[in-house]
Amino acid sequence: MPDGIDAPRETATRRKLSRRNYARSYWLFILPAGVVVAAVILFPWAFTLFMSLQDMHVGSAMSFAGLANYRRMLDDDRFLWAILRTLYFTSLSVFFPTIIGVAAAVCFNKHFPLRSLARTIFILPMMATPVAVALVWTMMFHPQLGVLNYLLTSAGLPPSTWVYDSATVIPTLVMVETWQWTPLVMLIVLGGLASLPADPYEAAQLDGANGWQCFRHITLPLVWPFILVALVLRAVDALKAFDTIFVISGGGPGTSSETLNLYLYQQAFAYYDIGFASAIVVVFFALIMLVTLLLMRRRSATS
Amino acid sequence: MLRRRTFLTGSSSLLAAPAAIRRTRADPVFDWQQCKGQSIVIAMSKNPRADVMQQHQKEFEALTGIKVESEQMPEQQQRQKMVLELSTGRPSFDVAHVSLHVSKRIIGQGKWLADLRPYLANPQLTSPDFDFADFSKPSIEAATQPDGVLDSVPLESDFWLVYYNKELLAKKAVKVPETFEDMLAGARTLTDKASGTYGFVGRGLRNANVPVWSNFVLGEDQAFVTPDGKTLLTDTPGAIAAAQTYQAIMRDCAPPGVVGFNWNECQTSFMQGKIGMWMDGVGFTPPLVDPKKSKIADHVGFAVMPAGPEAHACSVFTDALGVVSKSKNKDAAYLYIQWATGKQMLLNLVRAGGGASPRLSTYADPELLKDSPFGREWLATLLASAKMARPGLPEIVPVTEFRDVFGVALTNMIGGADPAVELRKATDAFKPVLEKSLQG
Repeated sequence: MPDGIDAPRETATRRKLSRRNYARSYWLFILPAGVVVAAVILFPWAFTLFMSLQDMHVGSAMSFAGLANYRRMLDDDRFLWAILRTLYFTSLSVFFPTIIGVAAAVCFNKHFPLRSLARTIFILPMMATPVAVALVWTMMFHPQLGVLNYLLTSAGLPPSTWVYDSATVIPTLVMVETWQWTPLVMLIVLGGLASLPADPYEAAQLDGANGWQCFRHITLPLVWPFILVALVLRAVDALKAFDTIFVISGGGPGTSSETLNLYLYQQAFAYYDIGFASAIVVVFFALIMLVTLLLMRRRSATS
Repeated sequence: MLRRRTFLTGSSSLLAAPAAIRRTRADPVFDWQQCKGQSIVIAMSKNPRADVMQQHQKEFEALTGIKVESEQMPEQQQRQKMVLELSTGRPSFDVAHVSLHVSKRIIGQGKWLADLRPYLANPQLTSPDFDFADFSKPSIEAATQPDGVLDSVPLESDFWLVYYNKELLAKKAVKVPETFEDMLAGARTLTDKASGTYGFVGRGLRNANVPVWSNFVLGEDQAFVTPDGKTLLTDTPGAIAAAQTYQAIMRDCAPPGVVGFNWNECQTSFMQGKIGMWMDGVGFTPPLVDPKKSKIADHVGFAVMPAGPEAHACSVFTDALGVVSKSKNKDAAYLYIQWATGKQMLLNLVRAGGGASPRLSTYADPELLKDSPFGREWLATLLASAKMARPGLPEIVPVTEFRDVFGVALTNMIGGADPAVELRKATDAFKPVLEKSLQG
């Protein structure tokens, strides 16, 4: 076909194509996902925000309350203590699993007999159902009949009151959290260790670096992005921990292990104060976002 | 050899059996089959009462032709789920198992359960055998809303009493306490911390601990709120004295960690034989006397609540069944309640150790008197408790919050805080909550 006849048609087609608004035809493709997101994420959020501005009790008429629910939080000692306890519990529940998890990952990265079996045993706690695990721990914590005090006294140590004392309840809950979630940190870090190159280690060994120096100056910086991922996951998990605390201590003794989650659960489902509970959810969401963003920013800076 | 005639006779007898069962159980005028073919759903709390109802469910289905679907949920979750579902206006169940001491007022406020007075007055719907007058007065009062609406029928009255270890008390020559003063003195005598023996155990866990204090408060001849439910009486000299008794016995005579004990920890500790006395509800009896579960099955004693300085009373917590107002099968649901709270079923409940019956006739049953499931002392304690029982919690809408706020005060007292200061602080904290609930 001669070029002279075809060229103008092609130019016209190209012009037509460039004029076509692709965005207008593509939005139909994202519509299903958009509807789902709107229904299960945006609408519940908008509705929670709406409820947080209402005086809303189950069984009573609803009325607009403005920011009263938010103002109430500032005067509510139980709420403020719940925030502090949440941060205390979270920081311990991030710190210990991270330290032990990294150490375990370094160990499991070495070759030793029965390594696969040891790894499998190590990750077993993570596979258990949290509520079932919590019930077993509760029995073990019983001050008179629990196996833990039996072991302590058998070893000549004084018995502990575990979750049955205000002073020891949060450290004990952290112990359960550490037992259950250290394997997760270990798995993430182990993945990171497996991907490390061997060259820097060989170079360091030629320069006479010892094991600690290799770990401190090579392993740790290289695996740091993986540790940060584990930190983010652990922090979010610990912030929203509910099942183990609810089953083991119920927030007690008194309110000494009542974290924000448990407090808002009480407000919504025991006191039926939906408006106030929604306001707590909004603040809690902001808190989780803040912690996550701080950690993510740190991760970006490291990258 | 099976002959044709024998076979036909046998099979026709089998076909006629359900009708024969119905005839023998039902009275001649009342039609238990009036809702035949309908289905109902029962939302139950997980407890021995629900077990007994489920064990006999087939009998109800055979009697009425109504299909029953029942589910048991842990007590706390069931209470919450029930209120939330009822508040939506479209609950998934037709019969609600209600803990009146927790949910009575909120259910009454929402008018979520049907008024059963017209049903009781209707001879088409209520069997002459039902005999509503047989229910004890306190149980009917518990089931009646302040405006007179009867929106549930009592199922069980959980009286509080004192379980004691006969062997331990005998060893130290401690008498079964008749007053709280005796109980405290006896518990102190029994306590030997070096050998891990403690004179007393009771609930220390926030919220669960309020009924223990409640019994001491009743002994001071007072309640938590004024009869109109508008004014708190929780920082009066009587309430403070009761809290001091609670503090003294829990600090001096209870095992370490009691501040976190609910009834189950108390029960397991008591069953190990190192506790002298345990104050709690009668519904917890069966495992204590079961040799497979309890080390002291042969030494468990039952005593009525000791007398306080001003009164002799014990607290009672009532369970009941109600028909959901929005149910499409209200008549069938009512027939179920009538059957479940009937004389025979409540007798079954007591025999199984599921708790105390709110019907007076149960305790006149010659079989039960002759052969009480847990001995004569248990039955005598139950009968004596029924005569002096009073509600153990205030009848207000925010009762859970009441238990939490004062529960924290009580746990602080176990830690050594001053009862008067704690009770004033808790009263001040709870006052606005009560006032707000009264505004509706």
